[in-house]
Amino acid sequence: MLYFSKLKIICILVVSLFLILIASSNLFKFDNIFLKRNINLGLDLQGGSYLLLEIDNKPVIEQKLQNLTITIRNYFKEKNIKLVNFKLQNEKVLFKVNENDKQNVLDVFNDEESEINPYYQRFKSHQLEIDEENNFLSVKFSKQGLVKLKTSSQEQALEIVRRRIDEVGTNEPNILRRGNDRILVELPGLDDPMRIKTLLGKTANLTFRFVSNNKEDSFGNEKLDYEDEEGSEFVSKRIILSGDNLLDAQPRMDSETNETVVTFNLDRVGAKRFGKATSTGIGRQLAIILDGKIISAPVIQDTIASGSGQITGGFTFQSATDLALLLRSGALPAPLNIIEERTVGPDLGQDSIDAGIIALIIGFVLVIFFIIVKYRIFGVITNVALIINLLLLVGVLTLFEATLTLPGIAGIILTVGMAVDANVLIFERIREELKNEKNRLIAFDSGYSKSKTAILDANITTLLAAIILFFMGSGPIKGFSITLGVGIFTTLFSVYFIAKLLTVLYISKNKNKEIVI
Amino acid sequence: MIAFNKYYNQFNILSLSLVVISLLFLIFKGLNFGIDFKGGILIELRSTDSKVNVSSLRDKFNQMDLGDVSVKKFGNETDYLIKFENKDNKKNIIEDVKKSLDKSFGNNIDFRRVENVGPKVSAELLKSGIIAISVALALMLIYIWIRFEWQFSLGAICALFHDVIVTLGLFSLLGLEINLSIIAAVLTIVGYSMNDTVVIFDRVRENLRKYADIKIFELTNISINETLSRTLITSITTLLALVSIFIFGGEILKGFSLAMIFGVIFGTYSSIYIANTILVRLNVSQKTILKDEKKN
Repeated sequence: MLYFSKLKIICILVVSLFLILIASSNLFKFDNIFLKRNINLGLDLQGGSYLLLEIDNKPVIEQKLQNLTITIRNYFKEKNIKLVNFKLQNEKVLFKVNENDKQNVLDVFNDEESEINPYYQRFKSHQLEIDEENNFLSVKFSKQGLVKLKTSSQEQALEIVRRRIDEVGTNEPNILRRGNDRILVELPGLDDPMRIKTLLGKTANLTFRFVSNNKEDSFGNEKLDYEDEEGSEFVSKRIILSGDNLLDAQPRMDSETNETVVTFNLDRVGAKRFGKATSTGIGRQLAIILDGKIISAPVIQDTIASGSGQITGGFTFQSATDLALLLRSGALPAPLNIIEERTVGPDLGQDSIDAGIIALIIGFVLVIFFIIVKYRIFGVITNVALIINLLLLVGVLTLFEATLTLPGIAGIILTVGMAVDANVLIFERIREELKNEKNRLIAFDSGYSKSKTAILDANITTLLAAIILFFMGSGPIKGFSITLGVGIFTTLFSVYFIAKLLTVLYISKNKNKEIVI
Repeated sequence: MIAFNKYYNQFNILSLSLVVISLLFLIFKGLNFGIDFKGGILIELRSTDSKVNVSSLRDKFNQMDLGDVSVKKFGNETDYLIKFENKDNKKNIIEDVKKSLDKSFGNNIDFRRVENVGPKVSAELLKSGIIAISVALALMLIYIWIRFEWQFSLGAICALFHDVIVTLGLFSLLGLEINLSIIAAVLTIVGYSMNDTVVIFDRVRENLRKYADIKIFELTNISINETLSRTLITSITTLLALVSIFIFGGEILKGFSLAMIFGVIFGTYSSIYIANTILVRLNVSQKTILKDEKKN
């Protein structure tokens, strides 16, 4: 029906004015908390870095299985079952057992109350799976067990990544999990992510271990290279201290040697162990090892009981600061690999905004001009609806603080082009109806009602495309799907409420005149 | 009234050959995948230094021994786009390249955009792109199946496939780059082409109810003509917006807007000359829609 009740008109005006007010908060800075909203600019518009990190869980799995070997062996030893020939292979623990005890061992692993193999009621699955493999029994993580392990290492890594980035002090970083073994880092405004990349590229696993060139060590030893210089040492596998015992670390200038060092403070347990090691090991070399490389291996001169010390290693001030930062924020549970990196400089972002706005204005003017030429007075109505549509679109994006990207701007321009479609469908239909129908009001009314299905179809198909894009798309493409999708709703609003209202007002004012569409 | 139906056969042959040619191009020449889908490194840089030009940059990169490096101008006189694969998966390759360029050109280079997509990510992006387009096509099929009879769905889907294949074929022929935004464009084309087809189909169905004695061959022509001015106006306004993006929207949106421009043209054409001709060939009549309506 071509009739708007007063209430309906008020509702339309209130909704429109509200959204336009919200939209205007992008231009003016309001103090009101509710109006203090802005469209977020995507990294491609404001500049910044996007890093996708993948956690390499292989070492974690191997470490866990290594520990498991000891647990399994001890557990069965107590039950007088002897397991032999342990080996680790392809992320599995393999061992042999007496034929008579085999069933017993299998039962222990498959029991829901098992003490060494936790059962997850929720997933109806054990943590570990046991199998027979040519004379060996093999134990590996079940699917759920692996998921749990990955999720927990992701959680830890997320925390460490957050600490490291916070320490560097970048502007509003965005750190999110992706899947169960990835972390997404967005750093707005950062045009050179090199430092962050270096910091995130290090596991920062710090250990203090004695150098044991004479192979008397009962724990075994391994050959490790020095971090910067050539050369290597045999180092004991026994860990005196690890990064976990560190309370604090700071870069400092050593006043005596004029060298940059990293000083550290240990917790109580650490201090005790450090004191003991330094008293028994006077004259020996204590290697300070970070991620499998020796930073330095000073000779112990004196007992250090205070629980603080310093690391030398030919640092520059920058590298000492970074090392201290890494030590303070703690070690990552597993190495991180950067598998995707996108950085946009701030001036390219600004150029993109400028180009987008120029394209929007020109596209807009062209469409408006074309529509006026084509439809005259009804073109004006369409254009008013189009302008309001654009303001509503910006309003909704602002209301939800959506992220605007360059493809998002393209989506807005495209909406301008496609939004007139609904009005065109209606006006063309009215034209046809006017040919056969003398009563203009009836012609307008049936024009609106008969074009409805086509308009709905048209918008639903576009909406489907936008929804799919939203779910598959990343970053910039998501921005496109959001503007395209929101644009459909604001378009329908502006066509059926704004343009229709204006049309009704126009024809009721010009009841006696000839109306040409 | 324009006699669109006079050329149904000719245009069907044309479309069929375009699809075949496009498929041949897609199979034998393939698509020029960007780093989003192929993996690798992209650097966009700007320099007003006269020493920096395509050949000096290319020399410099060849010295760095990075394998195949593509260097070209990017829009502006002072802007360059460099792409290469990171074959050995070197860790700090971007930093090394930046340092080496800064050293030879004296810090006169502004790195405007740097992207590094690992092989795992690019494979996933390609997979999800293909899935997205397939899901979109399937959803459109289901949607139109619910709304219309199967003859109509077949017509609409043929039109959709035609548009997507020919647009991609044209990208293959011209060697234009396929990146994430092209996938977005293709999906939008799918939506647009569908939209255009549905508007005409809506009219065809309405006319089928109205006129029992007009043959589908005539009837489609009447429907096309009745909706023609809407088809043209919407295509024109959409194209106006797209051309504006293409010319003024900056280098990054060029591929996207070009794909959309092709798509809108093909989409408009296919809803007239493919979707409708399928109805004619399947001999759709009033019975087709009435039979279905009785069932409900």
